[in-house]
Amino acid sequence: MSAALLDALLLAGGYNAIVVALGCAAFGLAAGSLGCFVLLRGRALVADAAAHATLPGVALAFILTALLGGDVRSLPLLLTGGAASASLGVLAVGALTRGGRLRDDAAMALVLSISFGLGVVLLSVVQSLPVGGQAGLKGFILGQAAGMSAFDAQLIGALALLAVLLLAALFRPLAVLCFDREFAAAVGLPVRLLDLALMGLMLAVTVAGLRAVGLVLVVGLMVIPAATARLATERLAVMVLLAGLLGAFAAWLGAGLSATLPGLPTGATIVLVACALFVLTLVFAPRRGVLAFAWRQAQLSLVTARDHALRTAFEARESEAPGQLAAWAELGRGAGWSAWQRALLPWWVRQAGLATTEAAGGVALTPAGLALARDLTRRHRLWEHYLQSAGGLPPGTAHHAADEVEHTLPPEVAREAEAWLRRHDPDRLGPVDGLPPPGETGMKRP
Amino acid sequence: MTEFLQLDLAPMLAATLACLACGLLGNLLLLTRQSLLGDAISHAVLPGIVAGFWVSGTRAAAPMVAGAMAAAVGATLLIALVRSRARLEPGAAMGVVFSGFFALGLVLIEVSGAHAVDLDVDCVLYGQLEALIWPAATGPGSLLDPVALAEFPAEAKTLALVLLLILGLLALLWKELRLAAFDPDFARSIGFAPRALSLLVLVMVSVACVAAFWAVGSILVIAALVAPAAIARLLTDAYARQFLLSGAAALAMGAGGYWAAALAPRVLGLDHGLNAAGMMAVTAGLLLVGACLLGRRGPAGRAQRRVAIPVRAPAAAE
Amino acid sequence: MSAEPHPLPVPALSVQHLSVAYHEQPVLWDVSWASPPAGLVAIVGPNGAGKSTLLKAVFDLVPRLSGEVRIFGRPLAEARRRVGYLPQRASVDWDFPATALQVAAMGRYPCAGWFRPLPRAERERARAALAEVDMADLAARQIGQLSGGQQQRVFLARALALEADLYLMDEPFAGVDAATERAIVEVLQRLTREGRTVIAVHHDLATAPQYFAHVLLLNVRAIAAGPMAITFTPENLARTYGGRLSLLEQAVAAAQGGRAGL
Repeated sequence: MSAALLDALLLAGGYNAIVVALGCAAFGLAAGSLGCFVLLRGRALVADAAAHATLPGVALAFILTALLGGDVRSLPLLLTGGAASASLGVLAVGALTRGGRLRDDAAMALVLSISFGLGVVLLSVVQSLPVGGQAGLKGFILGQAAGMSAFDAQLIGALALLAVLLLAALFRPLAVLCFDREFAAAVGLPVRLLDLALMGLMLAVTVAGLRAVGLVLVVGLMVIPAATARLATERLAVMVLLAGLLGAFAAWLGAGLSATLPGLPTGATIVLVACALFVLTLVFAPRRGVLAFAWRQAQLSLVTARDHALRTAFEARESEAPGQLAAWAELGRGAGWSAWQRALLPWWVRQAGLATTEAAGGVALTPAGLALARDLTRRHRLWEHYLQSAGGLPPGTAHHAADEVEHTLPPEVAREAEAWLRRHDPDRLGPVDGLPPPGETGMKRP
Repeated sequence: MTEFLQLDLAPMLAATLACLACGLLGNLLLLTRQSLLGDAISHAVLPGIVAGFWVSGTRAAAPMVAGAMAAAVGATLLIALVRSRARLEPGAAMGVVFSGFFALGLVLIEVSGAHAVDLDVDCVLYGQLEALIWPAATGPGSLLDPVALAEFPAEAKTLALVLLLILGLLALLWKELRLAAFDPDFARSIGFAPRALSLLVLVMVSVACVAAFWAVGSILVIAALVAPAAIARLLTDAYARQFLLSGAAALAMGAGGYWAAALAPRVLGLDHGLNAAGMMAVTAGLLLVGACLLGRRGPAGRAQRRVAIPVRAPAAAE
Repeated sequence: MSAEPHPLPVPALSVQHLSVAYHEQPVLWDVSWASPPAGLVAIVGPNGAGKSTLLKAVFDLVPRLSGEVRIFGRPLAEARRRVGYLPQRASVDWDFPATALQVAAMGRYPCAGWFRPLPRAERERARAALAEVDMADLAARQIGQLSGGQQQRVFLARALALEADLYLMDEPFAGVDAATERAIVEVLQRLTREGRTVIAVHHDLATAPQYFAHVLLLNVRAIAAGPMAITFTPENLARTYGGRLSLLEQAVAAAQGGRAGL
């Protein structure tokens, strides 16, 4: 099995297998890159409805071809039928919402399910036709790369590459359209035409994917790579390229897997590969990933808690007699530590060489810790003064406000605030670099 | 008569009950503009159904319902996570999650070997109404015979139970569900938990999807969820009538679709039956077109309202 | 439960250190404010100042980053029956299949409780509430067929049906005709004569001093609060609407961005 899989993946499985793998990959490239625009334009579920709406067209094309004595396996004929009925489906979504009573979400669900039902009924008509090839039609629902002819794969690949080329040609205007439709209209872009072009490309790619991925899951290969790329990058060009590559990889690997394990429906395998990539990115993406997010949150809250504790220790030193030392528990209470912070922070602060624990359980700041604590306290008071003076905040509020600000604003903004104070309210700044704590008075109530 | 009891009664009942159960719930989805959530759930429950089937090895409802509920709730949470992290619009986030879940379900069917028993891809796509037969029926007397009734297909019984449950919930929470659907913020402000209610609706939709699975599969169930409510919405502006009309539409869709599938081949001279689940969706489509034409906002309704406008004018204070 | 005078002048609504952010944007930042015990209070501020969010935060409709809310000195859970909410008219789907009476009757749901149909007597009280806003004739009308002013009256009737001591109203005058505006003002004044408190988000600076006795000037932070005559001054308004404190705004944004965005 693994040898066969390797053959399939390394394009060593004979001419037909190579062509099929390349055709699928080309489709994945087109679906992934186009998917970015479909996603950003908010058309993901229209694509799904259109994909389901291809079934009656494909079945009808089969029936008509059989009745006229043509070749029922002819992919171009079947795909033409699918494209025609998908276009009708898209028009039906618009018609259903026109009355204003049904929203487009309901209209899409209606078109999707009813046209699929019609397709299923037509498939049961196909079963009674006295020709062969009925079994192949099921491949259009869930996708079947195995048994695809080289001609079919070439057709799919050609369609997909054509779509990619058109997409590249229209990249700039489409990007503007997806970014801001009003703006695009204002700068004179033909937005209706562009929307129509996007819809046409979407239909073309959908139809191209029917044979390989199947109509049920073709939308997956449009939205999943695009969503993955969106997690990884903020730039549209990179996103489109990345989504195309991810789509191509997923289609190639999925088609290879299902070619070696014929039981696996190709479409589902391809989508699962794409999904696995998505989940990996969702968890591990450097900026938007879940882990990165959690790590930054934890880091920020840890640094904030440490700074508060150091400040509390410094202020305790200012007010109390020397020699009396606060314990970790007291510092933690003053700084609002949570349970895990209580467990972690004393160790971390000692490791960082900022403080030592004395025999009596008191906390003594090292020279480095003292310097940092003094700096933090000064910055905090600077902000408190500034917010009171410039913002007119009452002292209690200013204290909380300063707590928020001091951890996130860069030092140059702090210097700006200091300069402002020096200009407007020099009395608040002490003679030397030590700032006195601002006075606490009761809050005024209306 | 006996042939009808043996071959047609159970599938027709199952089709009708499935449409009623889903159609009534669909009102709550449609009125809160969440029809696509029905779409997402119907796809997302598939791995839950397959896993429940795999674990228990039977069509017994409980494990599959449990699996489906877990899958539905998991999918909903994932949709929220994907929305916030990838900053996607809800439709796209749904597309990502439900196609992933559906693909997982399809692969699970192959991997688990469930297809060898009963559950195969065809059932997912078209339902399996024709498998619901009642061979124990010997005549009209069987309808009262407990021994014969015990043999009645369990799928239909489950559907009846689910429909009763839904009717009970609708009766019990009639005003609460209306409040939460119309104005969730206000509902929350007076202490009626709209989030709990919408979670309840979500869970009920997933239960209905599982129960209807054997009858219509997991794609055509979307038609049962959305179409009756949409048909009723085109015809009325009254809340209670919305539910009554959707019930009627569901009835027509289920029973009418089943009979259309059974009778059409004879009329058209085909030697092969038509797919009943598909025909139900097609019937719903025809009803929808009719409602569009007849409805208040359709051509007929527009003519009617033109007459009604002078009555409105004095009441308008602006 | 209604209009008895309170022995102690407890603020009808007080919020402490209330902060809310939407999508990493600061909306409310460390707002501390106590309303007067009774009277008509306007919340005034520019667009995006967090006025609606303040009301929503009182009812836990938006997640709070921090802060505490008290209604007549008690947490929301204990005081729910004494406070009523009038959401923005645009926040609901007026195409919903419901009649004016059905919407007004929602104000009686707390009295009816869960799992029961609304008793006839309660429905009659809802009808009476509709009559108070001159909507008795249109009780059976589907809400989508009402004019904007009439829809606002239905919302007001629903709030009145709550029989609360404190009302939080989100832009009750938005998009209504002159007749409806006068009618709403009369209802609000009647409510305060009965000893109730109405706190309303208000957009129109010209009418604010005319309609309201107190004011909270809000722009992400609470700028000023107090009796209208001494608080609604050009300086305070300039501080509310002007962008004088650019450095401070930056500080606010950084604080919020740091908390929500990282």
